[in-house]
Amino acid sequence: MAEEAKNSGDEHAVVAAQGHGPVEAAVGTAVVSSDAVQNPGLPPHRKRVTDLDPKRAKRAERLVYTLFYISIAGSLGAVLAYMFFPIETGDLMAIRLQTLFVGLGMALSLLAIGIGAVHWGKALMADHESIDERHPVASDEPTREGAAEVFKLADEESGFSRRSLVRNSLIGALIAFPLPGITLLRGLAPQDRDPVQLLKHTMWDTGVRLARDPSGVPIKASEVTIGSAFHVIPESLNHDDFHNLTLDERGGSDNLLDAKAKAIVLLMRLDQSELKELPERADWSYDGIVAYSKVCTHVGCPVALYEQHTHHLLCPCHQSQFDVSEHAKVVFGPAKRPLPQLPITVDDEGYLVAQSDFHEPVGPSFWERLK
Amino acid sequence: MARAKKNVRKSGRRHPLATAALVAVGLLVTGAAYTGFSQTSATAEIDLESPATIEAGEKLFGANCATCHGASAQGTPDGPSLIGAGAASVNFQVGTGRMPLAFQGPQGMVKPAQFSEDQTLQMAAYVASLAPGPALPDSRYLQGDGDVANGGTLFRINCAMCHNVAAAGGALTEGKFAPKLTGVAPTHVYEAMITGPQNMPVFSDANITPQEKADIISYLKYIEEKPAVGGLTLGSIGPVAEGLFIWVIGLGAIVGLTVWVTAKSN
Repeated sequence: MAEEAKNSGDEHAVVAAQGHGPVEAAVGTAVVSSDAVQNPGLPPHRKRVTDLDPKRAKRAERLVYTLFYISIAGSLGAVLAYMFFPIETGDLMAIRLQTLFVGLGMALSLLAIGIGAVHWGKALMADHESIDERHPVASDEPTREGAAEVFKLADEESGFSRRSLVRNSLIGALIAFPLPGITLLRGLAPQDRDPVQLLKHTMWDTGVRLARDPSGVPIKASEVTIGSAFHVIPESLNHDDFHNLTLDERGGSDNLLDAKAKAIVLLMRLDQSELKELPERADWSYDGIVAYSKVCTHVGCPVALYEQHTHHLLCPCHQSQFDVSEHAKVVFGPAKRPLPQLPITVDDEGYLVAQSDFHEPVGPSFWERLK
Repeated sequence: MARAKKNVRKSGRRHPLATAALVAVGLLVTGAAYTGFSQTSATAEIDLESPATIEAGEKLFGANCATCHGASAQGTPDGPSLIGAGAASVNFQVGTGRMPLAFQGPQGMVKPAQFSEDQTLQMAAYVASLAPGPALPDSRYLQGDGDVANGGTLFRINCAMCHNVAAAGGALTEGKFAPKLTGVAPTHVYEAMITGPQNMPVFSDANITPQEKADIISYLKYIEEKPAVGGLTLGSIGPVAEGLFIWVIGLGAIVGLTVWVTAKSN
């Protein structure tokens, strides 16, 4: 093959020598370029230092077997580390030491094998250039014709082309076969209730007290100083009370965490003069105290990074920013609509209560949101 | 130049800067001794109510703060009014070196404190005398002996979204950031909660009770002292640092190994 390569190189040289004039050829046909790159052939064989100097070869050999011995030491070290740093004591630091030393031992064992084997191959094993024959990809003409014959025969005998009704019904059956898998996804949503209703309805309702997360202690309006931020849950959102509620009072969720995920609210008090309220929501706040859903309208992360001076709420996940002083409108980021506002007021005892549920579904947009 | 220096040393003469160095060492020693002395003396209780303290504070305020906050702390276009800011606010801002501001920027930065503890307390007494405001925290809430588990829960609900779950701090909008909370004095943590410095919301004693604040301080102390069982924490700032580590160190090592494996032995 090396010879062949050289020959073809010579051929190019001949063509190059002849073809000085302009080559006449149709557009798109292959043209042998007159200044084609010459086949350089194989470079001269360069001997390695380990081939020339027996001392160096000896050293490489020593290095390789030392690496393999180090690997054995690493494996044994890992076993010993497992014995000497037991984690039965329950001490967290013991886990750290065991993980560290077992890991180091195993890393040493594997790395030394790998490095040793590669070094052996590179420095000591026989070093000479050789060429692997590459066979043409396509089979010869009779074999290809034979294969085509087999396909044709199979088509004739099965009647795949002839019996088009049978064939088409098979294709139809194969297309329909994955559909049950997609239908099963419906099972992820509640069976007996409308998912749209479920997403629209939370635990907030007329007269439900706003309470601190996680203690559940209700909040008095007088306790909310200007610049404050409270993380709020409905008062009855705790293990004891939650299980005594009806499904409707639970916001349609059986699970306490589901109910909490929909109902979480951030309560802030701003200077009244800084609050720009929509006329239709003028009575939704109380004395500068506003409450907004903590669930981002982008993909539902909790938005809770409140900046007291700018009145901006930042979602750390995707950098959506909402302006609390202007009905939580989106000022930056991927969120598409403002955070839903919870209308609040105070009861006779001065505690903050919800006027009603949210007037729109909390969290990210979904197809039937406006239904 | 180098040779000239060598010659000086060889001749055995005193280096021309030796006198200056000696004076510097002397000043350093005296300064350090004085700082140690003044710090120990600052632990002596200062009566924040006494007219003498308030008067001393007023003088310091007039000389250092009035340019921005107004001659009687009423506020100017350059600085907010401090009436009602309270002693806690002054102790936090001045005690952590945030005030006086070094420059106008998105955020006042922590620097070495410009005033001694006594002077800070005198200014706090003056500001507190103007109108009632958040007072200095009671030392019994600053001991770090509260309920760590409860403190952890409260921290995750109220603080972690800005300050990071490991209290390593985090970014806010437009160049502002929430600082890390390790290495912060308990009194400053408490004062920050009740006063809401800069863009931090206020967590008044009505929102998070003093005992709950003590729990949070205990939790912070706990995570600060707790050894990292997972090995290198990489700053505890989450996947960013870990990703950078893998990309730079891990991929670098893989590229290096690949180059070595494919290189010809010589």
